[in-house]
Amino acid sequence: MARLDIENLVKRYGDFHAVRDVSLSIADGEFLVLLGPSGCGKTTTLRMVAGFIEPTAGRVLLGGQDVTLLPPWKRNAGMVFQSYALFPHLTVAQNVAFGLEMRKIPRADIEKRVEEVLALVRLGGYGGRLPRQLSGGQQQRVALARALAIRPDVLLLDEPLSNLDAKLRQEVRVEIRELQRQLGLTTVMVTHDQEEALTMADRLVVMNEGLVRQVGSQRDLYERPADRFVAGFVGRSTFLVGTVEAPGRFRSNGGLGLACSGGMAGPGVLALRPERVEIGPPIPSGPLSGLDNCLPGTVEFVSYLGALIDIHVRLSTTDRLVVQIANRDGGFAPDVGQSVHVGWPASAGQVFAE
Amino acid sequence: MTSLAVIRRRAGRWALNGAAGVALAYILLPLIFVVWLAFFRQEIPSFPPEGYSLKWFAAILDQRKFVDGFSLSFRVGVLATLTGLVLGVPAALCLVRYNFTLRGPLANLLLMPVVVPGVVLGTAMYVFQVEVENDLDVDVLGTFYALVAGHVVIVIPWVVRLVTASLAGVDRAIEEAAQNLGANAWVTFWRITLPSIRPGIVAGALFGFVTSFGNLEMSLFLVGPGRTTLPIVILQYLEWKIDPTIAAVSVVQILLIGGAMLLTDRYVKLARVV
Repeated sequence: MARLDIENLVKRYGDFHAVRDVSLSIADGEFLVLLGPSGCGKTTTLRMVAGFIEPTAGRVLLGGQDVTLLPPWKRNAGMVFQSYALFPHLTVAQNVAFGLEMRKIPRADIEKRVEEVLALVRLGGYGGRLPRQLSGGQQQRVALARALAIRPDVLLLDEPLSNLDAKLRQEVRVEIRELQRQLGLTTVMVTHDQEEALTMADRLVVMNEGLVRQVGSQRDLYERPADRFVAGFVGRSTFLVGTVEAPGRFRSNGGLGLACSGGMAGPGVLALRPERVEIGPPIPSGPLSGLDNCLPGTVEFVSYLGALIDIHVRLSTTDRLVVQIANRDGGFAPDVGQSVHVGWPASAGQVFAE
Repeated sequence: MTSLAVIRRRAGRWALNGAAGVALAYILLPLIFVVWLAFFRQEIPSFPPEGYSLKWFAAILDQRKFVDGFSLSFRVGVLATLTGLVLGVPAALCLVRYNFTLRGPLANLLLMPVVVPGVVLGTAMYVFQVEVENDLDVDVLGTFYALVAGHVVIVIPWVVRLVTASLAGVDRAIEEAAQNLGANAWVTFWRITLPSIRPGIVAGALFGFVTSFGNLEMSLFLVGPGRTTLPIVILQYLEWKIDPTIAAVSVVQILLIGGAMLLTDRYVKLARVV
């Protein structure tokens, strides 16, 4: 295993900037996740690390060695593809052995290593099967075993779980993460699924439009999003559009005067996490009156999610807020059309300049 | 109402099955008659047969021109097919893998020889070979290799078409996976790409060979004295005689080609690529 450094990586296709200027350092044994919507440049970045795409500018260093100009077959990077990309005409064991044969390892050692790796992904005894005789989850594990067999300097995962059903995905997440820790694998994973990113990563990189928007831990991204994009992409936020009148004073376009934390005077948006907002009956002197912001509104939409309930509350003609409450016995659960009060402390609202 | 719908659906199915049956009979009946005819005892084909005999099959071997024609057609077919593969497989790879200007027209051009009437193709080949002969001052027309060259042109469309179809079903990522695991471009091609398009290659070779083997029109222009392919031998024989020998030759041909198809189908499912 080795550290991976990406320095000022750029990829342009004509006028289109797939990746604008990405620099990242991944420590030995670290699990880094590139998170972003489709077309944000995360896969292009990963493919430049693997060597499938030649960067327009910048460098890729693997274990301190510059591999920018090396073809894929001369980089020791193991990749798991979204489609798994198993060789359909080869058995599971032959698939896993392929990379070892390319490294001219003696036959006896190859057989031993193949067995070890298959046992590692709990597929011992499946060596003689063809890929099409396996379930999706098993194929995924073969792909992982094949990448691990070559003892790569870095493990690259390109949306590895997107073809699995929801339940299996949750299991495999944990499995991959445990394996990665156990083997101390330097890993870069690309995903658009934020829940997947949050559960697996040591550190996350949020990308959009070819740029890194924020790098940090789960808590960093959620509690202190760098910009409006991150606030909306990691977790959910309700955005109220308006103006920061003075630091700490926000006025929405719908005319609501709100207390917020910080902010520079000028046009901006106020981002609120749905679970940080409280909701209660419309009594002016109720439990919400102690909060910095306490406003009357009308429930417009309720979605019942089981453990949680989303309540969409209309505050003014242009301002609507989502409140998420836990589904508790005897808890306040308003219906559509009901008048309510919502409230939140100034610290719960984050302001971004527009 | 419900029963009416059931009747209509059943009637629809019957109509479809009936149409398929008629089409199948239309294709198979001539073949069945040819096969039947090959076993007639009398020399002049007339119904009903006076009796049955295998003597016409023995008669094939007595006529050297049938044996020679068969041998020539076979050698031309094999060589033209191999050459067609060497040229057609890379062409199909380029057409599927690379996006370049004139890709569409080039794809059509490569499929053209099966669309152009054989006589037109034969005339064009003939004129071309005469020109080459005049310009280079070497024997071209009527030689074995000139005949093979002509047949390569009618083999290529089959190879390109079937390999292209086969490639479309191959996940591009498997080649990247091979390279990621340490295989260079050449090793990737031989160990990963080629095996995964094998059904297309085998089917393309088979159909290419059959096309070459049965080709009459183009060969008529390209054969030289004393060098005639089986279809031409059959045609020449028919000009003088109508006896069941020709039917017997056809039966042998049908058996050979049918056998080749069945054998191929055991290894690669033709229905999947054609």
